[in-house]
Amino acid sequence: MINSVNRFIPDNLIAYQGSDEYKNKKRILIDKKQKQLKTVFLNSIEEAFDLYNIKSEMCLSFHHHLRNGDFVIQKVCEVIKERDLKNLHFAPSSIFPSYTNIVDLIKTGNITDIHTNYLNGPVAKTISEGNLSGKLIMNTHGGRARLIESGDLKINIAFIACPVVDKLGNGTGSYGKSACGTLGYAISDLEYADVVILVTDTIVEKIEHKQIDGSYVDAVIQINQIGDSNGIISGTTKLTKDPIGLKIAKECSMILKELGVIKNGFSMQTGAGKTSLAVVKYIRDIMIEDGIKGSFASGGITASYVQMLEENLFDKLYDVQCFDLEAVESYHKNKNHLAMSASQYGNPFENNTVASRLSFVVLGAAEIDLDFNVNVTTDSMGYLIGGSGGHADIAHEADLTIVISPLIKSRIPLIKDEVMTVTTPGCDIDMLITERGIAINPNRLDLLEKLKNSHFPLVSIKELYDITHKITGVPKKILKSSEIIGYVEYRDGSFIDCIYKI
Amino acid sequence: MRVGVAGSKESNDCLVTVKESNETKIVIESVVAAFFYDQIKATVEETLKEMEIENVSVTVEDKGALDYTIKSRLISAIKRMTLDV
Repeated sequence: MINSVNRFIPDNLIAYQGSDEYKNKKRILIDKKQKQLKTVFLNSIEEAFDLYNIKSEMCLSFHHHLRNGDFVIQKVCEVIKERDLKNLHFAPSSIFPSYTNIVDLIKTGNITDIHTNYLNGPVAKTISEGNLSGKLIMNTHGGRARLIESGDLKINIAFIACPVVDKLGNGTGSYGKSACGTLGYAISDLEYADVVILVTDTIVEKIEHKQIDGSYVDAVIQINQIGDSNGIISGTTKLTKDPIGLKIAKECSMILKELGVIKNGFSMQTGAGKTSLAVVKYIRDIMIEDGIKGSFASGGITASYVQMLEENLFDKLYDVQCFDLEAVESYHKNKNHLAMSASQYGNPFENNTVASRLSFVVLGAAEIDLDFNVNVTTDSMGYLIGGSGGHADIAHEADLTIVISPLIKSRIPLIKDEVMTVTTPGCDIDMLITERGIAINPNRLDLLEKLKNSHFPLVSIKELYDITHKITGVPKKILKSSEIIGYVEYRDGSFIDCIYKI
Repeated sequence: MRVGVAGSKESNDCLVTVKESNETKIVIESVVAAFFYDQIKATVEETLKEMEIENVSVTVEDKGALDYTIKSRLISAIKRMTLDV
């Protein structure tokens, strides 16, 4: 059938019918796992495979807080390869370029199904080329929490890389030689997996401020090193020097000021890209100049938000994962730098999520179409390059959702007749800010009204599309293959698009 | 053999190499070939025609350059080829 963003969805799946549909559904919660009286301590991953009889067909989960510096998923893959376990279902919260062992296991049929929220690098490439024999399901960060708590995704074994563990099995990521900060994406796995195994390189007597509650933990494995903290640094820590990026960032901050949303008590979230960092800097300037104090910033926290917390420009930071080492350090030492779980962040069924309290969010897009649908899952050729992460969660929940992007990236127009893959529905995108004009979603009459007499260059998204084609020429249409290799699952469990083989 | 080179392999640019040849030959390797191959080829052909240049081998290694960039890189490469030797 065709869903409400005009995409084909097979009849055996629930088709997406609107981002508010979840309000008509009831939250489903399975029982949390039985609490343990005693946690066992093991010396190797192999020992855990023997003790818990980890075998073919099982579902294994991981988190991605060590990002490109994670060694745990690589090491577990080595054991799977040695034992040649087949038809495994992998559910890592994200997959980074360094997780290369997954590629081999996909090609040999050891891993046949994957749930994840984001992936890029060699694993993304091999799946795009059709090598995963089962299906890839792409979730949102909040959607993954819902999936696990409802029992829709049953995890047999959760491997949780945990920088420091104490004698009771409690854990934290806030310090240790492989510190990665908060462990927000692992909390659902901790509470709902059949078996929970912490993998650590540092065991201490007692942890004062635990994030991982040891009573859910079955076993702790101590290995040499669980990861390289430097690998968590997300992209760049410097703001853009690109004049187009700076212009867009400046325009974005001025619009926010004009709309009056940068006011005492406001809250915000942005991505960690170079242009987003510039937006944060300009907002900081406005806050200092106008004497404004915000209630919180959330995310993916970066050094620039840490600076603003320490300058007392925000009361709190809510952090689901630290994007750089300054954020890790801040989470350790600043009492108002708070961890949140994926559920507290953006689960549609959780009460009073951080996402739902956001005044505005500034997001990116690989592609956007004339209905404002955004793709951050695939590139214009259809190759997997990312995924929602929290994109669709916060786009829906925040009061104001802005997408910023240059109109042209290496000659490829941002605005399409149809995006290759719908990640976030256009109804949740309020405004597109580009270097040649600002397009407001026609649904947001209130914004149009507020800005109609301003000096901002308001245009329709179709006008931006036409301007782009005058510069780049009209790109040839790419025909998608008919072979479905996976699905994009919306945060409520319905399906918003299919992913096709290259 | 006379050769001229202009441009770079930076994003949004292209590296154009022209060489003397017995016939006109155009080779295009582009990251956006799937979308713009025909347009890039047409730009090269038109520029050669405008400059009244024949019997050159043109290689365009394109990283998403716009037509005016491709055209100016090609003109520079041809001028360098003609002037250098």
